[in-house]
Amino acid sequence: MKVLAAMSGGVDSAVAAARAVEAGHEVVGVHLALSRMPGTLRTGSRGCCTIEDSMDAQRAAHKLGIPYYVWDFSERFKEDVVDDFMAEYTAGRTPNPCMRCNERIKFAALLEKALALGFDAVCTGHYATVLTGDDGQLELHRSNAYAKDQSYVLGVLTADELKHAYFPIGASASKDDIRAEAAARGLTVANKPDSYDICFIPEGDTRDWLNEKLGAQPGNIVDRDGTVLGEHTGAHGYTVGQRKGLNLGRPAVDGKPRFVLEIRPITNEVVVGPHDALAVVELAGSRFTWCGSAPSAPHEWFDAEVQVRAHADPVPCSAAVVEGDLVIRLNEPLMGVAPGQTAVLYVGSRVLGQTTIDRTVSAVPLEVGGEAGA
Amino acid sequence: MAIYLDYAATVPVRTKVLETYVAATAQLGNPSSTHSFGRDARMLLEDARDRLARAIKCDRNEVIFTSGGTESDNLAIKGLYWQRNRDAKRPVIVSAYTEHHGVIDPIEWLESHEGAEAVWLDVSEEGVVDLNALAALLAERGSQVALISLMWANNETGLITDIAKVCEIAAAHGVPVHSDAVAALGHVPINFAASGLAAMSITGHKVGSPIGAGALILARGSNVTSLIHGGGQERGLRSGTMNYAGALSFAHAAELAVAEHDEFVAHTGRLISRLRAAVEGIAGSRFSIGSAPGMSHNAHFTFEGLKSDSVLFLLDELGFAVSAGSACQAGVARPSHVLLAMHRNEAEASACLRVTIGLETTDSEVDALITALPGVIIQARAAFAG
Repeated sequence: MKVLAAMSGGVDSAVAAARAVEAGHEVVGVHLALSRMPGTLRTGSRGCCTIEDSMDAQRAAHKLGIPYYVWDFSERFKEDVVDDFMAEYTAGRTPNPCMRCNERIKFAALLEKALALGFDAVCTGHYATVLTGDDGQLELHRSNAYAKDQSYVLGVLTADELKHAYFPIGASASKDDIRAEAAARGLTVANKPDSYDICFIPEGDTRDWLNEKLGAQPGNIVDRDGTVLGEHTGAHGYTVGQRKGLNLGRPAVDGKPRFVLEIRPITNEVVVGPHDALAVVELAGSRFTWCGSAPSAPHEWFDAEVQVRAHADPVPCSAAVVEGDLVIRLNEPLMGVAPGQTAVLYVGSRVLGQTTIDRTVSAVPLEVGGEAGA
Repeated sequence: MAIYLDYAATVPVRTKVLETYVAATAQLGNPSSTHSFGRDARMLLEDARDRLARAIKCDRNEVIFTSGGTESDNLAIKGLYWQRNRDAKRPVIVSAYTEHHGVIDPIEWLESHEGAEAVWLDVSEEGVVDLNALAALLAERGSQVALISLMWANNETGLITDIAKVCEIAAAHGVPVHSDAVAALGHVPINFAASGLAAMSITGHKVGSPIGAGALILARGSNVTSLIHGGGQERGLRSGTMNYAGALSFAHAAELAVAEHDEFVAHTGRLISRLRAAVEGIAGSRFSIGSAPGMSHNAHFTFEGLKSDSVLFLLDELGFAVSAGSACQAGVARPSHVLLAMHRNEAEASACLRVTIGLETTDSEVDALITALPGVIIQARAAFAG
């Protein structure tokens, strides 16, 4: 088939492209330019779309003997990922921009363009595996390399998108193997550091970046009763589960540390409370998709596992679609889950679907009488 | 076999010029040395100066060899500005945003670092600079203007500027004019002595010599401040050991290009007319310079409802090497700053196709492009809508 290999300039996508070539496909390398103001050089593991990355990708493509192009998706990336990221924070949520990028850029805008230009599939260096299920439908599964498994960030893929997704290194045992393979293939990126930060925040400091973009509006830190305990310098500088940097001065009545429980953008309040109150027993969201075939009876409760962060462990749960929301009830409470995060459902190694979390239900409802007087 | 239709980017090195180049590199010697080896190398360089001067009709002493067009543009613009604004009374530099970045960027650098004031002349939708505005500006502020820089021919659209008229307007106010003639050399008749220009940038690889040798033609009586200090070569204006093999091959290529000019115009003009007629049949296409004067070998179009990168990809896949006209260092097709300056919107400026040909280009190559183009445009539009 004719394969568009998305090449970031990193080692994973270079080896993925190499394997696609070796498998006999007609492969073309494409580097996505996502920034309107590309930097020149990378600094450590940070940065993206630098000229250095583009040139690394081009060198790899040349080594593989495939054509190479840079396609500009900076406008779409700004609208669908960067602006979304800011809007989510403004709404008091904690978004995952890498998932948005997969959902709206790599497997939407890029895939659509690739199909229109005659390609059959988009190939990336993600660690995940596409398998054919018992019903003959495609399924997305975790990578064998559990430590590097990236099925979580691909949970947004739909059945149609899976048909055109190709992950040649998804079944690799480890990242070390990929680096060794890159070196053996003579790819100069074999020892290039991994990227792990948000690519469009090259300094790595999300709080500073948000303050610069959104401005810092001071407001109140309150407990769950609404009692004002202190002031904050800008609500988007706080994340659910955060303990340090609250500067509340006086201790809680019970003497225990306090944690951020909730961000309330409308009133510009940061709500704090005891650690126990971070525990949530239910997650729900209206923005959900199924990855591959949908469950046969999604309105009836079914058993699954849920993962709420890229590198979190999955936990047992039951799930069902209730009044238009995907509702996930946790068998054991999870600590510090924030609206805006993505909950990905698994059945064994298979990715079943995902939702952006709109709301959570605390394991510890506020007692009558409140915390201040407790 | 791929078909090369991107002559504005660079052109094939001429066989005879390559022979000249290789032979010259075999000559041992630094042209500044006083011994026999040095003198022999020096004679190659001075032969080059004579031959280039004859080809473009200037005095041999007016030729300053450089590394290429961008260096020449920088030397002319910064050098003239520093000379003319020594007393801080002439900070104004007049130009247009349709210029090559080799001109725009030095001017903007002088603005941000050296107190220059840039005045960018308006251009029409076809890219023609408003010379009435130039005349009005000079009438009002002529005594404050350090220089005017306007290109002889545009490297993207192919538009030819009336340089004689520009110089006539400027002369009335005693303002020196620099022209980037990199795209024009070999493609339009150039007579430096008759032009009225104070300075002109040219480069060898656009006429068939290896990349790496260019020249600033600086009229006697015009002074520039040097950018590069060292051994004082090239009248003290461009220090550094002289690239005599590059200079000689540049001069040889320029001679050949000038000699074959009429044949070039006839051949490329005929093929480009055929291409234009065919593209006019594609709905939503536009020939960028309309009826304004343009170079015979250069066709620049915009298409509604697509992006350049899809067209370039599809044509490259079919074996056609063409261009959108502009790309950033990372290789991304960017909205053309030239089209934006021509009052086109960002969508139009991102939907360009530039086809540039040479004497080697055959009828069948252009016909192959004409056959391929309608399908490519349809598919690129599908990718845009998708």
